[in-house]
Amino acid sequence: MIGQIAKCTALVFVAAIVQVSILNRVSIVGGTPNLLLVTLVSVALVCGSVYGAGVGFFAGLVVDTATLATLGVTSLLLTLVGYWTGRYGETTGRDKQHASLVAMVAATLLYGLAALGLRFVLGEPADGASLARALPSGLVCNLLLAPAVVFGCRRALGRRDALEGTREVSLLG
Amino acid sequence: MPRNRTARLAVLGSSLQRSASTPYSSRTGPALRRRIVVGLLVVLSLALITAYFREPDSGGLHDAQGVAASVLRPFQVGADRLARPFRDAYGYVTNLLNAKSDATQLRRENRALRLEASQAQTIFRDNRELRKALHFVSSAEYLQGYGRVPTRVISQPDDYDQQLVIDAGVNAGVRRGDAVVTPDGLVGIVSLAHSREARVQLLTDESGAVSAADQRTGARGIVQHNGGASGSFVLNQVQKSDRVRGGDRVVTAGWRLGRLTPLYPKGIPIGVVSSVNEVDTDIFKRVQVDPYVNFSKLEAVIVLIRRQQARR
Repeated sequence: MIGQIAKCTALVFVAAIVQVSILNRVSIVGGTPNLLLVTLVSVALVCGSVYGAGVGFFAGLVVDTATLATLGVTSLLLTLVGYWTGRYGETTGRDKQHASLVAMVAATLLYGLAALGLRFVLGEPADGASLARALPSGLVCNLLLAPAVVFGCRRALGRRDALEGTREVSLLG
Repeated sequence: MPRNRTARLAVLGSSLQRSASTPYSSRTGPALRRRIVVGLLVVLSLALITAYFREPDSGGLHDAQGVAASVLRPFQVGADRLARPFRDAYGYVTNLLNAKSDATQLRRENRALRLEASQAQTIFRDNRELRKALHFVSSAEYLQGYGRVPTRVISQPDDYDQQLVIDAGVNAGVRRGDAVVTPDGLVGIVSLAHSREARVQLLTDESGAVSAADQRTGARGIVQHNGGASGSFVLNQVQKSDRVRGGDRVVTAGWRLGRLTPLYPKGIPIGVVSSVNEVDTDIFKRVQVDPYVNFSKLEAVIVLIRRQQARR
């Protein structure tokens, strides 16, 4: 368990550093790829909601610290994203091939809207129009990143499945 | 035709032994524990936000953030160095693609600037002699009375924040309120300074504004971001009688009020006027300004610190 926590933490830490140091400068048709979000969603899908919420909180702290932003804002958003994605992976999305893509789309959209809403509540500049412009290309970028990141996370963390070992059987008649 | 149906073993209640896997806690643990964990994390996040907002910049959380940011800095610098060859290669290719059109435009600009430079030399000489004759006392202007701290950008926030973090802080003489520039023009202002890094509020932040003037006419106004993703600025509060026109250069006005010193030194280039509009119902002109600085490609900046500050 400690090894799993260490791996998850290391993955999101690297993703957070890459995000704030490199990817936040990249703009593709107005959108920015969010490697951190994609990694968090992948980790939460593989490891579940508790891990998702925990590493989401940690990743948020790293981002808020590295960017000297208001502590807790990104933590709150990523905690909820990690938890929701983990629950989705444990319930509705379990064993579905497209679960990671569905989770990625939902997480990207909800994260964008929640970030906008939270900034509005906190009285910080929140521009819905620029979000609307950036979101589609950002979503496409995240979807392009998703297969490689999900695959990498599954390889790194080792997919653990409660139904691991069971096989589907054919019934005659 | 016989049907092949599939069903999971669990559904059939088979007595077959499952392999010895270690199911993770979130799925087998009680739902209550899961909810408590996420609840605690959410409450902790809210507590952090509240405490951070309520405390001053010198508060404990801010200090802890500064220390933690110093710890993260080597990782950020390392990531930046790793990415630099790729960024340089991308920049080289795009520059190569735009080289022809850039060269044409630069030749045109060069011709105009050469003419202006020869005029400016004459004006500068006259101005110096007239000032001397009048014993004119002037306030500190751009790069006069200011030290320079060149530094690199170590992290850029996401799409929503118009702030960045630089690799120099109080130890290098940087203080809150110092102006930040590039050779192209004004970038923003230091909004928070820790010992080894500082946060810069970009000019593109809608909550920021800078007192500015049209260099040709002297018309004054306040430059603010236009909002949205347009990347342009608006020079507000310009009188309708002022003859501002497209192509005019806009620089910081550097006003002084009593003992209050200006945040931005006088004469820092901000941008060039792209359009001027007048509406009958409005008492001011609406002047659009295209910034000189490309805010999306900031890799290094210069912090202007006051001389007394630099000596300290």
